[in-house]
Formats: sequence, C-alpha cells, structure tokens
Amino acid sequence: MTHMTEEQLVAYRDGESRERELFGAHLRECAECRREMDRLDAFFAALDAVPIPDPGEDFAQRVWQQISPHLAEKRSPWWQSFFEPRRLLAFGAMAALVILAFFIGRSTKGPGPVRNVADSGKVRERVLVVAVGDHLGRSEMILMELANAEPEKGQKLMNISSEQKRAEDLLEENRMYRQTALRDGDKLMASTLDELERVLLDIANSPDEVTPAQFEAIQKRIAAKGILLKVRVVNQELHQKRENTVAPPQSDSAATERNKI
Amino acid sequence: MSRMRVSIERAECEGIPDALAVERTLAGDRDAYRVLVDRYSLYIYRLAYRMTGNSHDAEEVVQEAFLRGYQKLSQFAGNSNFGTWVYRIAANYSIDRIRQRNVEEARQASPTRRSEDGAEVETMALVPDPSASPERLAGSAELAAKMQQALAELTPAERTAIVMRHWEGCAIEEIAAVLNSNSNATKNTVFRAVSKLRKALEPFMQLRGTARAMGTES
Repeated sequence: MTHMTEEQLVAYRDGESRERELFGAHLRECAECRREMDRLDAFFAALDAVPIPDPGEDFAQRVWQQISPHLAEKRSPWWQSFFEPRRLLAFGAMAALVILAFFIGRSTKGPGPVRNVADSGKVRERVLVVAVGDHLGRSEMILMELANAEPEKGQKLMNISSEQKRAEDLLEENRMYRQTALRDGDKLMASTLDELERVLLDIANSPDEVTPAQFEAIQKRIAAKGILLKVRVVNQELHQKRENTVAPPQSDSAATERNKI
Repeated sequence: MSRMRVSIERAECEGIPDALAVERTLAGDRDAYRVLVDRYSLYIYRLAYRMTGNSHDAEEVVQEAFLRGYQKLSQFAGNSNFGTWVYRIAANYSIDRIRQRNVEEARQASPTRRSEDGAEVETMALVPDPSASPERLAGSAELAAKMQQALAELTPAERTAIVMRHWEGCAIEEIAAVLNSNSNATKNTVFRAVSKLRKALEPFMQLRGTARAMGTES
C-alpha cells in the first residue's frame, strides 16, 4: 500500500474513515505515516491552544441589558398555540397514550362489575409510569456503560457506535415524555428528562469512534451534570409509585389476605 | 420591594427546564427568556468567538442570536434542545457577520486588517517574519495569534466547519444543516479547512519543533 494521503489521515483520526482496519494496519507498519499522524496530532493540539478571552462573569447580564429593550411583548392569539408544532406533537403523544390505555383497559377488564370512569385515568397513569420507568432504565444503562468504560492501554480510538445508536433511539421518546411531564406539571420529571435529553443528544451526536480524550470529555459531561444520580432517584420514585398504583385490583378481603403473607 | 419580588421570581425561574422557559416566554413572560439567555450566553459566545475571531463581533453575534431566537420562538418546534437551536442561529449569523466584514475590508483602500482589540494592523505584519527567532515564535501565544490569522483567511463555510467539528465536536450532519450542504460536501469542507490551516502554520510548527528540540520552549 502507498502512503496515506493527508485526507485519509484526517478522516482516520476523525473516525470518519470507511477503511479503518486497512489504514489502522498500515499505520502500525508504516513509520512515515505514523510520523505524519504525529504531526497532525501536534497541529490539532496547537489548534486547541487558541485561547478564548473571558467575557466576564456579568456577560449574560450585559447581553440581557442590550437585548431586553428590543424584545416586544409576546402575546399571540389564544387559538394560535393549538397549531404550534410542539403542541401538535404533544397532542399526538397524548392521543397515542389514550388509545394504548383504552386497549390495555379492555384487555385487563375482568368479569366483575363495570368500573367507573376514574379507572381509565389510573390505567393511563399506569401505562405512563411503566413506560417512563422502562425509558429511564434503558437510559441509565447507557450512561452507566459510558461512565464505567475505560480505554485500553495504547488504544487510540474507542467505538461507541452502539451507545450512540441507542441514545439516538431514546431521544424521540424522551422528548415525548418530557412534554407529557411538562403538561402534567411534574417539574422534577420534566427537569430530569430535559437534562437527560441534552446528555443523550451529546452522545448521539458524537462520532462513532472517539479518541480517549474525547471519550473522557463525554464522561466528564455526564459526571458534571450528575444526571446518572438524578435518573436513578426519579426512577426509584417511579418504581415506588408503580408498586403503589399498579397493584392488581382485588377485593378488600383479598388484599387483606395478601398483606398477611 | 418590587426588586425583591423580581429577584424571587428569577430565582424560581432559574431551575426551570428550557421547554418550560420557552412556554412561559411565549405566554408573555419575558423574564423566562432571561433564564435562557443566562443559561446559554457563554456557550454561544465561545462558538461566536471561534467563528469571528474577536470579542467585539462575538458579543454582537450573541446578542443577535438571542434577539432572533426571541423573534422566531414560536417556530421553535420543541423537538430539539433550545441550546442547539439558538446555537444554529448563532452559527448562521456568524457566517453573515464574517461575510459582511470581508466586504467592508475589501472596500477599504488601505491593506489593513483588524486585530483582536479592534485596532487596525498592516496586512504585511501578518506575513511570517523570516528573521524571527525560534524562541520567539515558539511561544504558544505567538502560535495562537498566527492560528487566529490563519483562521481568518478561511472561507466562512470552512471556518464554520472546522470550528463546529473540532472545537464543538458537532456531528457532520449538524454542520451540514448549518451550511445547507450534504454530508460528503461537508466532510470535504472540514478537510479543506484542516489542510489550509496546516499549510499556513507549517513554518511555525516546524520552528516550534526546533525550539522544543533545542530545549528553549517554555
């Protein structure tokens, strides 16, 4: 194989190369290409050295002072808000939940007396609690895997494509649950899901393969926000809620009998 | 009394999620928008500084991005993060600002450029001085200044691509969306930017290596 071009070296370093294995093997054997890669590393290190002047602690305040006089009152007609995309999305999510709750209600309805309308609300809540719990569990798993992973000695690139794909899959439902929590006025849940969304977005937007330094930056961002702990706490609360509300409907005497065991 | 009430309201607002702040702003609560400005100003400033290369333009970009964000807030679909959304607005405005500045500079008869503090310097001063000692050029401040000059020579698209890719760690698709381009073309733009910067900095990188070998670099 001839020497790698500058473009191939940049793509390889960036994790964008389609022929990673071939180029990886070449780099191990070719001292000249390794030297060129070292020069490329030195260049990127120099790029990192470009400082950004500190705009001062009161920067955000200054920005606000500059722009606030130009912010007109935002009062749109009340009906307009119904056609905003985020509302339509929320309505869609709500409709999906109601339909799901309807079918679950039908399938779980026993032969006993017809329950009152309040039961459908409980079923919806039950569906939501289970679904969000599952979502948080899967998110926690990804965060745990990333937080605990370590590059092997001498490893130049780490493949996080699996975590990246899973984070991408979770993003859409995270948005839906966040909007539902907002609508229901559940501030803690909405805030946790909002922070989780940023971390998931961060992971989903990372390259398939990252350098140990990039990976460490991802780990630091996860740790800095304390998101793993928050997700665990909220999930624990949901778990308790599920135990309180998901208990199968039984007669009082049956429940008493169960409590005796 | 009213100041105390305002500060209590702000404190209540500070912990709210972005989506709630957006909702409240749309409902007419301007202070809710301040939460977003407080939260993302520095983040946007870092991008703007890397893009424009000076504090004055960077501050202008931050202000304009938040103003435009406020005006277009009803179009914010909520299916993305507010920070990412306003970041895109800032990246686009930075491109406009660079183009505008290039036109202004081209109009000026004297071959001068703006330095970091806004003062004008002769373009010839940007050409590497062959008599410069390795010790002087090896200083990281000196190299950083040369890097800033080399960045200024890139086209707005190349500059956006390298800033978003290298410093901000954005995905190629994200950069492509800002540049209104496709993934392959964006990858090429990133590569062109890297290649041009390396060419421009090669003499300084070599001198730095020499200084390091001589043990004179601090």
